[in-house]
Amino acid sequence: MIELENVAYSYGGGELLSDVSLKLSPGSFHFLTGPSGSGKTTFLRLCYGQLIATAGQVRLFRKDVRELSRDGVAGIRQRIGVVHQDCQFLDHMSVTENIALPLMVSGRGGGGAAENLVDLIGWVGLTPRANALPAELSGGERQRAALARAVIMSPDILLADEPTGNIDWDMSLRLLKLLIELNRMGKTVLIATHDLNLIRAAKSEVAARVLRISNRRLQLAGSDL
Amino acid sequence: MSALIAPRDKASDRIVPPSGFTVLLTSFTAGAMAFLTVFALALSLATGRLADRWASELAQTSTIRISAPAEQMDAQLRAVERVLQTTPGIASARTLSEEEQRQLLEPWFGPDLPIENLPVPKLVEVIENSEGYDSEGLRQRLAAEAPGAILDDHTRWRKPLVSAADRLRMLGFVAIVLIAASTAAMITLAAQSALAANAQVIGVLRLVGARDSYIAGAFVRRFTLRAFVGAVGGTVLGTLAVALLPDSEVAGNFLTGLGFQGAHWIWPFAIPPLAALVAHLATRNAARRTLRGIA
Ligand SMILES: Nc1ncnc2c1ncn2[C@@H]1O[C@H](COP(=O)(O)OP(=O)(O)OP(=O)(O)O)[C@@H](O)[C@H]1O
Ligand SMILES: [Mg+2]
Repeated sequence: MIELENVAYSYGGGELLSDVSLKLSPGSFHFLTGPSGSGKTTFLRLCYGQLIATAGQVRLFRKDVRELSRDGVAGIRQRIGVVHQDCQFLDHMSVTENIALPLMVSGRGGGGAAENLVDLIGWVGLTPRANALPAELSGGERQRAALARAVIMSPDILLADEPTGNIDWDMSLRLLKLLIELNRMGKTVLIATHDLNLIRAAKSEVAARVLRISNRRLQLAGSDL
Repeated sequence: MSALIAPRDKASDRIVPPSGFTVLLTSFTAGAMAFLTVFALALSLATGRLADRWASELAQTSTIRISAPAEQMDAQLRAVERVLQTTPGIASARTLSEEEQRQLLEPWFGPDLPIENLPVPKLVEVIENSEGYDSEGLRQRLAAEAPGAILDDHTRWRKPLVSAADRLRMLGFVAIVLIAASTAAMITLAAQSALAANAQVIGVLRLVGARDSYIAGAFVRRFTLRAFVGAVGGTVLGTLAVALLPDSEVAGNFLTGLGFQGAHWIWPFAIPPLAALVAHLATRNAARRTLRGIA
């Protein structure tokens, strides 16, 4: 589904990532960890076509990203749910409208979509905040809204960038449970985090592989976690 | 809740933040331009009417009127005929019969006018050929040979007026084209600045999988609608202003009917859709270009 082959990336200075290869198979659960500034967010951006690798090849759903048209990239993004580190909401639209945004831009707002939307907002526990503006949400509410938006299109793949970045432990566990639930429904999940406790908490629930970015390379972390 | 999602267009129009200024600018520009267009249109249509009317009255005929004592009449008439035969630019000349003269006078004096007993002038109808004749020269020769003959070429002076009116009508249309072009330019600038100001919104939309055509569409609809609303306002005001112009009888000949008449009242209604079309095309082009530029 997502394949990287000898991928390198640089923002213009030195290489941030070098010789990265990875194949995310359907239904797998991955953590991506590494120190702040090691390139986790950059790696995820390569995985949904926001950045183009400076060397090597990234294939999304078997298509080379470099050969995709702009509309092609848009189509891919409708199939990959992303929880962005900074959530990326439209500030002038309500929580509900933000969550429904992917439906709207893909023209799938009609039919049973509205019902699903209500269910989904309930699933992430935001029903009482449905009409609030993003700026009026707490950190945890923002993260949950971002998760709801990431899954509203029922994507096969879910990429989450620090989904528990600025929320307390109880809320982190709640979010983790939602992500594990999605994985049990068959979704491929990749979570970037530097919270090792979160990874440990997940390990008892799900067969997760842990990747680590260190020295510009992607490694499979050992059992020390 | 379903009302929020179901009518796709309504919700998707909210995607563009209601950022006041550029949109206000668009409405205002469209309004002002529509107002001006009404006047340009009124000018064009009115001068067009004027030109048509004058042109149709511009028969290529003049009249020579001979007033002379009865005993000199025949001699002067023959002199006039002689002069006309040797004047270049004249296709034919014909003396009106008494019967024809009676018909001309009938509206004023009734049917039983004893015309042969009255000192009624003789009338000679002169038809010029396409080159036309030199009226000043003809006048001088007539004065020399037939002192009682007066050349009346009242319709000829309108010739330059007709071409001036035609030119004015053209200018009116050129003005409309220029107004449309400046409207397009202004709306292009407004749309570009709106797109630039909303780079963050565009970024978010792209992240959730919006195609360029979708994003462009949202901006295009916003600007088209605002231009339309503005143009409706400007058109209504402009049309009112034209309608409230003084009547032609009051204002005299020069301004005769600077306004809309009959079927021409349809034309102002074409202005708002036209403004919307211009806004649509301008915004679409601006959006396509700008979106291609934003990575
Ligand atoms: N647009 C950019 N232009 C130039 N440099 C960038 C850009 N984005 C990120 N970087 C740099 O690339 C490096 C990796 O950034 P990235 O966001 O991928 O790290 P990260 O592992 O996600 O960090 P964190 O855990 O803090 O989120 C950082 O040094 C950052 O300053
Ligand atoms: Mg990051």
